Formats: sequence, structure tokens, C-alpha cells
Amino acid sequence: MLPRNLNEKLSTEKFRTIREIHDAFDKKLLSPVELTRDYLAAAQASETGAYLLLCEERAMEQAKAADQVLAREGKVPRDRLPLLGIPLGIKDNLTMDGVRTTCGSKMLENYIPPYTATCVERLEKAGAVSLGKLSMDEFAMGGSNENSAFGPVKHPTHPDRVPGGSSGGSASAVGAGLCVGSLGSDTGGSIRLPASYCGVVGVKPTYGRISRYGLVAFASSLDQVGPLTRTVEDAALLMDVMSGFDPMDSTTVPMPATRSFQALQKPADLKGLRVGIPKEYFIGGLEPDVEKAIQTSLRWLESQGAKLVPISLPHTQYAVAIYYIVAVSEASSNLARFDGVRFGVRPKDITEVKDLTGFYEAVRNGFGAEVKRRIILGTFALSSGYAEAYYKRACQVRRQTKQDFDLAFQDVDVIVGPVSPTTAFKLGEKASDPLRMYLNDIFTIPANLVGLPSMSVPCGVDSKGLPIGFHLMTPLFQEDRMFSVGQAVFQGLGGGSGYGLAQGSNVGRL
Amino acid sequence: MHPEFEAVIGLEVHCQLSTDTKIFCGCRARMPDGTSIADVEVNSNTCPVCTGHPGTLPVLNGKVVEYAIKAGLATHCRINLHNVFSRKNYFYPDLPKGYQISQFDKPICEHGYLEIETKAGARKVEIQRIHMEEDAGKNVHMAGFSLVNLNRAGVPLIEIVSGPDMKTSEEAGAYLRGLHAIVTYLGICDGNMQDGNFRCDANVSVMPKGATQLGTRAEIKNVNSFRFVEKAIDYEIARQIEIVKSGGKIVQETRNYDSDKNITVSMRSKEEAHDYRYFPEPDLTPLNIDPALVEQIRATLPELPEQRRNRLIHELGLSVYDAGVLTGSKALVEFFEKGVGILVSAPSDSRNQMGGQAAAKQYAKSVANLMTGEVARLVNESGTEIGASKLTPTHIADVVRLVQAGLISSTAAKQVISTIWKTGDAVAVIVKSEGLEQVSDTSALEPVIDRVIAAFPGQAADFRGGKDKLLGFFVGQVMKEMGGKANPGMLGDLIKKKLTA
Repeated sequence: MLPRNLNEKLSTEKFRTIREIHDAFDKKLLSPVELTRDYLAAAQASETGAYLLLCEERAMEQAKAADQVLAREGKVPRDRLPLLGIPLGIKDNLTMDGVRTTCGSKMLENYIPPYTATCVERLEKAGAVSLGKLSMDEFAMGGSNENSAFGPVKHPTHPDRVPGGSSGGSASAVGAGLCVGSLGSDTGGSIRLPASYCGVVGVKPTYGRISRYGLVAFASSLDQVGPLTRTVEDAALLMDVMSGFDPMDSTTVPMPATRSFQALQKPADLKGLRVGIPKEYFIGGLEPDVEKAIQTSLRWLESQGAKLVPISLPHTQYAVAIYYIVAVSEASSNLARFDGVRFGVRPKDITEVKDLTGFYEAVRNGFGAEVKRRIILGTFALSSGYAEAYYKRACQVRRQTKQDFDLAFQDVDVIVGPVSPTTAFKLGEKASDPLRMYLNDIFTIPANLVGLPSMSVPCGVDSKGLPIGFHLMTPLFQEDRMFSVGQAVFQGLGGGSGYGLAQGSNVGRL
Repeated sequence: MHPEFEAVIGLEVHCQLSTDTKIFCGCRARMPDGTSIADVEVNSNTCPVCTGHPGTLPVLNGKVVEYAIKAGLATHCRINLHNVFSRKNYFYPDLPKGYQISQFDKPICEHGYLEIETKAGARKVEIQRIHMEEDAGKNVHMAGFSLVNLNRAGVPLIEIVSGPDMKTSEEAGAYLRGLHAIVTYLGICDGNMQDGNFRCDANVSVMPKGATQLGTRAEIKNVNSFRFVEKAIDYEIARQIEIVKSGGKIVQETRNYDSDKNITVSMRSKEEAHDYRYFPEPDLTPLNIDPALVEQIRATLPELPEQRRNRLIHELGLSVYDAGVLTGSKALVEFFEKGVGILVSAPSDSRNQMGGQAAAKQYAKSVANLMTGEVARLVNESGTEIGASKLTPTHIADVVRLVQAGLISSTAAKQVISTIWKTGDAVAVIVKSEGLEQVSDTSALEPVIDRVIAAFPGQAADFRGGKDKLLGFFVGQVMKEMGGKANPGMLGDLIKKKLTA
């Protein structure tokens, strides 16, 4: 079924943001059931490959419940149900009770979790509609979404290009107007990189802000769940709903939820804002268009009264190395449970294996090449005789990286730079060169190593019209400041109208 | 043991902690009615966390920390305030996550000791460390395939590691029994070895007497009784000495004890040993313990075996032996103290109206005699705890009252207890139905004594001539005549009176 008026609705600015959708609900111009039906149909019709699964029944039930609330209350109760009737997409490494969760892997192609991730549960309790599960690199390992066992995802506006990864489905779906917002996970840049490539807003909160309960772990000490949206305000709203201590996750900080949406209601004051520019982030290797866009953004900040402060983060050069030791070490342990006993798919000829070791060998052959590569690397880095030189050493340098930032933040309020050295590349272009792929994460990884909140905000396009992301990092728990500066950059540079690159691209033209 | 060799033994003990819930989730660690988790319907006591569902996370049960601190304080350990959990990575079907959450380089307790007593005297055995960890599930092997039961997965354990400190199976047995008494006194472990509440692995090596370089060790796994641990160690020591003597080399390996054949069998060698790839568990934050909590726990520690033994010796006047036997088991000593308590609060006759300490001592001796004699025999014979029998402290008190009142003999007392053990009948009923009542009536005893003296005139003359020892002969003869029911205390006086009259 083709959506009625959907193109018109989404291509006009009216229905893009949560605020505007809610206004339309209030004025009875639109109902949650209508909106959900439209999005489901659009997702169904889409050829981006962003969705791995649509949970129509669950979504329609939630939409009907939202209709009933509206009928009963007359308008959206924004304080109690701030996401009433808002259709969202969920990355396929977050569990939903009874909904298949594959993590983009053959290993879990039949896995139906018996419980719902805390972050999804909180969104749904706030009235959100869960449309379905979004594609990703297998077990979140990758930067292009080409590592999904179920096929690559296409860039929302340039179908011959990658959307970035690993939350490629999440970024592409938001960019293509297949959901109002989505959830991703970010271990080394997996939200911010695709957000940058697809021209949407992507946020990695402070480590411990959002519960990881129900997020299938890649690297536990680095993983964070975060929102991808079209506007900074929408991202803040999702953050506020999802964040806060969760008794099911001991690594969540004992702090109440953020109130960043509230904080955004007063305009950002950039006068006197100390903006740190790490010299290590501008040492060549940037695509000229990217460099130009970032420099333009910096000049703009300066024009608004911000003070640009050159800083140094000397351990930046080790960030990728540390990351690819710590992350793969943790992953080698986290993925051990996919052994074919309780989880993981057994090959059909499993009866022919001769012993338990043979059984494990047969089962674990089901992982994709990148996942196998990382499990082997991680197993090596933790093994007796090598752990000192690799895992432990990496942890030491990780602590020194944190000191870099502690020092830097004594002098600056926010640290900025590019999200990625490049814009979205062509499908297949780097697939055979894992090392080059790994280097894409060089600017995003430090925030994960240190736990800092960070985000990607669209700040321009290159000569091909491909989006460029501006990267912001603030001290731990300073999401409010990050959102506030991000909002200013977004409104000042992302297209002026407040809707980011969506305006300049063909977002919404399905 | 061979005179040219000495053995070195270290023990690793796993205690399942008797907390209500598992270590990292809300599932039960033990059933409220005391049923073992092992006996609950297969895989019913599980949740997404303890079955290792993708995306789940552990949340530490604070009671586990408290119990581990108790164990540490009771064994004179240093309590480490900064704790880190680590992952121990290995594949096995009963391990749903592919790793066990344990402690590695920062255990909660270190550097303690346990005092043991053997025929050679008392000495301290080093306790290197105590750490917290989760139990695995259980593989059930069927014909041609295996199944996994995860009811036990995530039950809290503490692992108590001794130093390589013991030289004989007797010492190892004493250490194990001592540890068992401590954890059950503390109430942190049910201590049932059959159910696997209290499990022991033994590291055994041998070396030439006086050597300083330890020999290669073998680890004996899964031994489920004190006696079997001792036997397995003895077997293993003999096996290793035999190998060394005949010029062979000991292989570092894990061995299983086969209790039917009383031998140990190789399970896997060092080459197959795991590299556990320990690293800090990133899903749990480091645990920092408030020193005030440690002090609070210290202040509420119950009386421990050692202290209780001293109290029984000094306050109740028990012998070192009696006190040792009684305090070896929490159930036994509590039974004993209840029995004494009943007697003290309701004295049997006017002779005991002296009250207080003296009365308690008198009763304690009598109760202890029965407990370390007949009751201990019954416990050993049946292989069950005293609580599993039908015998109650009230029974014991009643028996002691009858003995002290001269109404039954001490031989009869044993018979009564043995019957109660099975039937649980009241003492009076048994005494009556088995005809054990003692004759203390002078008018009933005198005619028999007269008859006996008349029957042995020669001996009577000898006694009068100064052969005092013959009194026993006459007592015995009267007893024989009366089927053992005569009151022996009265008998002596009466016979003496008659003979010298």
C-alpha cells in the first residue's frame, strides 16, 4: 500500500520534528495511527536496506494506544508522554521482547530475545512507536554497514555510497525519512560516523548515561546507546527519555535523567565560549572539502563571539591502536556465548563433528570475516604471555588519553573537529582494506576511550553534495553544554532553517 | 608414607553461599523450604541474566560480599577494600556466557589462616585467598547426547585457597572439617557435600624429605566427602612416590577420584590446560567496601568453633576431647547446648537445686557423654546430620534425668537413645516397653544380695579378710541375677554393708 500524502507530508517541513508532529496531533491534522501506517509503508517500499525487520503489529498497537490517549486527553501530554505516537527505528543489537534480534549476524538469525532493552522500554513508555529493527555491521563491527550478513545498506541520498557504520541502518533510515528518529550504538564512532555521512544528528552520550541492558555487547567498556535524529532538539528529547540510572546496569551512573530539551529552550550564548582545536586533528589526511567545511564552521563560531583555543591531545596518535586492542579483547569474550549450545546457529551437519572442540569449530565458523578477525585479535591480545604487552599496555595508554582530555578541559569548554576525514565513500571501495577502514574512526574513538559525551552535527556538504559532520566533545556529563553548542552550529550552519542538511538533500523523497 | 618422601598438599574449597538469590540476578540461590536447587524442575530457576542472554548484564548481590567478608574475618584474613571482578574465559557447555565472573588479582580476602588439631598437636594452615565467583550450570549426560541444567548457574560461590601447607591426609581432613565448621557456624553455607554445597579440589605433590623445591603437582577434582578426600590424597601420594621411586616423572595434570575403586584417574594434562585470559569485568564497576561495613560485620560475627570449644572447656568443664567432637559440627553442638539448657532450666531433682554453674557442669558432663558416645556413633553410622534423626534435645534431657535419678543404668540409656533415633518415641515409653527400669528399691535388692553371698562363702570370707577388690565380683553376680537392672551405685554400698555386718 502506498502512503497517502506521505511524500507531501515528509517533504514539507511541517512534520519533520517531534515538536511539529505533536503540534499536528494537537490540531488533529494527523493521527499517530496514520503517521505510523505511513512510515511502515514507506519503510516497506524503501530500497535502502535500512530495515531488517518491521514489527508492524507492535507498532500499530502502540499507535492505536497513542490515538486513544489523544482522544482521551485532547492533546499530547508532553510532560508525561513526551514521545507520544513518534515512530522510531531501533538498531538490531537492541532487544525487544519477542522481536527477532540478529545483530546483523547469521549467528543470531533465529534469536528472539525474551526481554526488552531498558532504553527501548523507556522510549515505549514515553509513548514512542517502535517501527522495526535497523541494519548494522555484524555485531557492530565496521564503519560502512557492508559487514552485515544480510546485505549492505545504501546511503539515503547517494545509493551507490555507504551510509557509514556500524549504525548504518539507523542513520540511513533517519536520513531517508523512514522514521522520525532512531537508536544506534557507538563503540568507536558507530553513531557519529554514519550520522556524519548521512547528514543527520548523532549523539554518543557520556559512558554510563544510558543503560546498556539489552544492548548486545561488542566492547562493554566502550559501548553506549544514543539517538540519531534530524534535529538537535529531537536528539535531546530522546536522550532525556532514555538516560538515567538503571538498576539492571551497574555501569550506569547514579544520576537522574538529563533535561537537555529544557536547556535548549534558551538560546545558546556563544560569547566567550572557549572552543578547543586539537592540533593533532588537523595534520593532513583530511579531504579538502571536509577541512574547508570545518574551518568555515570554526570561523562562524568565532564570529559569534567564541574564542578558538589551540590545544594538544598528545596521545591521539595511539587512539586507534588502543581501541583495536581494548575493543577486540572485550569482544572476544563478549562473543564467546555464541557457541552453539544456547546461542548461535549450529550448522546442519553438526552431528558429524567428533568432539566438543569440533563442535565449537563448526559453530563459530558462522561468524563473518571481520568478526572472526577481531575475535582472533582479541583472543591473542588477552592470552597469557601477551596480555602484558597488548591488553594491559593499551589500558595504561587509555588512562593517559583520559589525562590529555582532563588537562585540555581545564582551558576549554568544548573540543571540536571533523567527525571523519572523508565523506561517504562508494560501496565496496574500502571493503578489502580493513586498515584504511579502521582509520576512519580516528576522530571519534577518543570519546569512547575516555567516556566523553560527543556528537556529530551536519555543518555542510562537499562538492558532490555529500554531508559533512562537525564533531563536538564536552567534559563528562556536560551533555547540556554539548547540545547547546551543537544546536547553535546546527542552526547556524546546517542549513539555517533549523532542519539541517535535510533541506539541501532529497531527504524524504522516497 | 615412604620414609624418604614428604607430601605437599594444598586445598581449594568451593562453598556455595546460602544467600536467597544468585550472585548477579534475582533468581533463587536456594529454595525457601531448604530443597536443593539441584532438585527443582530442570531450567526453571533461570532468567535472561543467568542464562547469559545477549545484552544482559550482571548486578552484584551485596549479601555475597557480606558473606565473603564473614568468611575472611573468621579465618583471620585481611579484607581488601578495593575489589575487582574479572572474567575467566573458557568454553564449556555448562557455562552460558563463555566466561565465569570471578576475582583474579584482587580477591576480597587474603593472608589468613585456620588452626587445625591433629594427633601431632595444633598448628596453623595458611589461607592464601578467598574470592567471590559464580557457579556454572550442570551438564547431564544421556546416551549419545548431553543436556545442560542452568538452575545452579549464577549461584554465589566463595573459593577458599589454602597454602601448599599440609603434609598428610590427616591434616587435610582436619583443615577441611575445620573450614566446614566455620562456614556452617557463620551460616553462610549449608555445607552439604552430597549436594555440592561444599566442594574440594586437592593439589598434591611429593618431594624427597627435606627438599625445598616442590615436586610437580596433580590436582584431584570433585571429591564429595571428607573421608574420600583423605583417601584420594593417600592414594595420590602413594601413586606419585611409586612413580618417582621407579625413576618416572610426575605429569602436571588434573585427576578425578573414583570412590568405588579408590583410585585417581587422569582427566586432562597441562598441555590441554586452559589459558583463561583473565581481564577486569567491564560490566561491573570496581567494588569499594566501606571499612565501617567490615567493622559492623566483625561485631556481629557469631561464636566460632574455636571460641565455642574454649567456652565448653572453661565454662562447662568439658574435656578437650569432648569439646572438640561437639564443636566439630554446628548441629551437634547446638543440640548439646539445647539439651543442657533444658536440664538447667528444669532440674530433675532436689540434688540439683544447687543451680548455676555447678549444675550446668554436672549436666554438661552427662549430656556430653551421651553425645560423644552413642549419639556420635549413630550420626557416623547413618551418615546423616543429627537434625535428620528423630532424636531431640528434650529426649536427651529426659534420658539424663533418668540416669541421674538412678532410674535407668547408663547401658540402658544408650539403648533408649538408639531406639529414639529410629522411632522418636518418648523416653518413658521406651524404658517401660523395653523393661529398662533400674531397681533401686533396697527391699528388692537385699534378698538377692543375701542369696549371692550365701552362694560364694569362700569369696565372702576372702573379702572380709581384706580382699576389697572382690566387691566388684559380688556386684557383677548380683547384676547377673537381676538382668542388669540393679542400680550399680546402690549395690556397692549394700553389699559392703552386708559382708561386713
